Amino acid sequence: MQNLPDSHGRFGQFGGRFVAETLMPALFELEKAYKVARRDPKFREDLSRYSREYVGRPTPLFFCANLTAKLGGAKVYLKREDLCHTGAHKVNNTLGQALLAERMGKSRITAETGAGQHGVATATMAALFKRECEVFMGSVDVERQSLNVFRMKLLGAKVTPVDSGSKSLKDALNEALRDWIATVRDTYYLIGTAAGPHPYPMIVRDFQAVIGREARRQIVTHEGRLPDVLIACVNGGSNAIGLFYPFIKDAAVRMIGVEAAGLGLSGPMHAATITAGSVGVLHGNRTYLLQDEMGQIRETHSIAAGLDYPGVGPEHSWLKDTGRADYVAVTDAEALEALKTLSETEGIIPALESSHAVAYAMKLAPTLPREQVIVVNLSGRGDKDMGTVAKAFGVTI
Amino acid sequence: MTNRIKNPNGRIAAKFTELRARDEAALIPYIVAGDPDLETTRRLVLELEARGADLIELGVPFSDPMADGPANQRAAARGLAAGATIPAILSMVAELRRSTRIPLILFGYYNPIFHYGCDRLCADAARAGIDGMLVVDLPPEEAQELARPSAAAGLDIIYLLAPTTPLARSRIIARSASGFLYYVSVAGVTGARTSLALDLPGNVRDLRTVTDLPIGVGFGISTPAQAREVAAFADAVVVGSAISQLIEAHAHSAELVEIVGEFAGALKEAMRTARHGGGADATA
Repeated sequence: MQNLPDSHGRFGQFGGRFVAETLMPALFELEKAYKVARRDPKFREDLSRYSREYVGRPTPLFFCANLTAKLGGAKVYLKREDLCHTGAHKVNNTLGQALLAERMGKSRITAETGAGQHGVATATMAALFKRECEVFMGSVDVERQSLNVFRMKLLGAKVTPVDSGSKSLKDALNEALRDWIATVRDTYYLIGTAAGPHPYPMIVRDFQAVIGREARRQIVTHEGRLPDVLIACVNGGSNAIGLFYPFIKDAAVRMIGVEAAGLGLSGPMHAATITAGSVGVLHGNRTYLLQDEMGQIRETHSIAAGLDYPGVGPEHSWLKDTGRADYVAVTDAEALEALKTLSETEGIIPALESSHAVAYAMKLAPTLPREQVIVVNLSGRGDKDMGTVAKAFGVTI
Repeated sequence: MTNRIKNPNGRIAAKFTELRARDEAALIPYIVAGDPDLETTRRLVLELEARGADLIELGVPFSDPMADGPANQRAAARGLAAGATIPAILSMVAELRRSTRIPLILFGYYNPIFHYGCDRLCADAARAGIDGMLVVDLPPEEAQELARPSAAAGLDIIYLLAPTTPLARSRIIARSASGFLYYVSVAGVTGARTSLALDLPGNVRDLRTVTDLPIGVGFGISTPAQAREVAAFADAVVVGSAISQLIEAHAHSAELVEIVGEFAGALKEAMRTARHGGGADATA
């Protein structure tokens, strides 16, 4: 497999820089700054020190003995990104990009957020590195994720509700891009997933790849060999690409991305972009999208607020088309069931997003021999979802 | 400076030649197709032309207009609700071509075009009577798949230049462009602004050193006074959001077309005084 993206920011036909001209020079500037930074020992040392001392890396790889026994098949391991500072893998990326922003002398950091996890992780880094911070969030999400809105404000960020379009993540991204067009000289736009125009998919992947590098080392310690299967939830796909990337050249390791099937793929109420979408161009990159027959972006649904983006990172589209990774989808109901099962069997309450990966592992493990090994990326913890989960189970908190 | 006027026989080039001879800057109103409905768009184009518009940008509505401010976002939403798909817009254009030769430019985002198919769009658009295309999120680096069929179909591709674009890059972009170059007056999205950027005349003057193409200026121009100011040094003035706001305010009025026409007339009249001093050119 060649090293991608290529110099045009392409992963095969996917990726690229489909943005308004105002942003093109900023993308070139960012790419240049990043390429210098990643070779700079000082930058690498800062990244590794903050990862260790602030984020809490390395995160553990945990063997789920109870769940494995219950499923009666392959061994299931969890990569515990839920134990990162701020409660999800998002911080790996915001740390790296905030260090980059500091290096580039940008005084203001902006971000889009859906569920609020990326917004919180960005606000956290802005506080740490003394940057002004503004987070764009769909007004529907502001309403249903009020706890995270409060967290961001507590961290000193300004949260700007976005009322356009479907008032959710894609619209927050539109607004963050609009803001960046107007403020590009002093603002660092810190995108939250491995999507958007080049070089973002590459930068976010590289900062998230720490997940896969650690998991690889850890599984070899546990099992003396590489895993048979990697499973991660995919929407934009940053936690999944972070786990997959260091294994891409290991052809024997299967990689499975799990998308949100919402209420089912037969209707419109899902967010399974790769499984049920088609190729298009949105937010700066060519990739799979959920769109209608005229190329208008469709509204989506998932019980997991962090899985309802109608696009996906371009590298996943490429992994899908080359057959290197498989993409499947699980429903809201299956994800809820998995959240309950993992909580009861292992004492770990996963985020609803990560529950999609757990749900697929629960389907797959019983079909595989006992000596096989599955690593599931537990990308976030479930505390933020308790309101949604209680409601789904008919419980009043 | 290189002289690379591609497509010199196109309606757009011809219009600029004609205006240059009259020492006039072009007025280019932007209206979103289907705002509030396609029949009104057709009537608006004819009225705008009658009131002095020289070219028209027809917005192809998109669900996620990332470079547009609130007024044009809402206009796009109205256009979508009215069913302004590419095929519907092109049949309206074909209908228009029975009564006007005014240059028409499709202005939009790439996804609906990509989805329709670049080859098919260029062929169908040229057949319907479109003269050029401006795709906001398609910088020249990404434009090959549209540039080839558009050249074959005789359509101009109009590229954006921004205040953030270094001159060396403007030179490269100008080489890919035809028709005219569209200079974005401010680092920002579309929408009315109370004043123009101070460095605007100087920036446009700098661009003259890298291209012979006409230079239009847009984003943020919303009043006759601003249009006059820009017409003094630019070859074309694009006014969009201000018209979208007028359409929004009068969408249900029987006078909508006339009201928009009057506004265009005021813009053009102000622009004429920029070059010729005194009052409006009585012969135009």
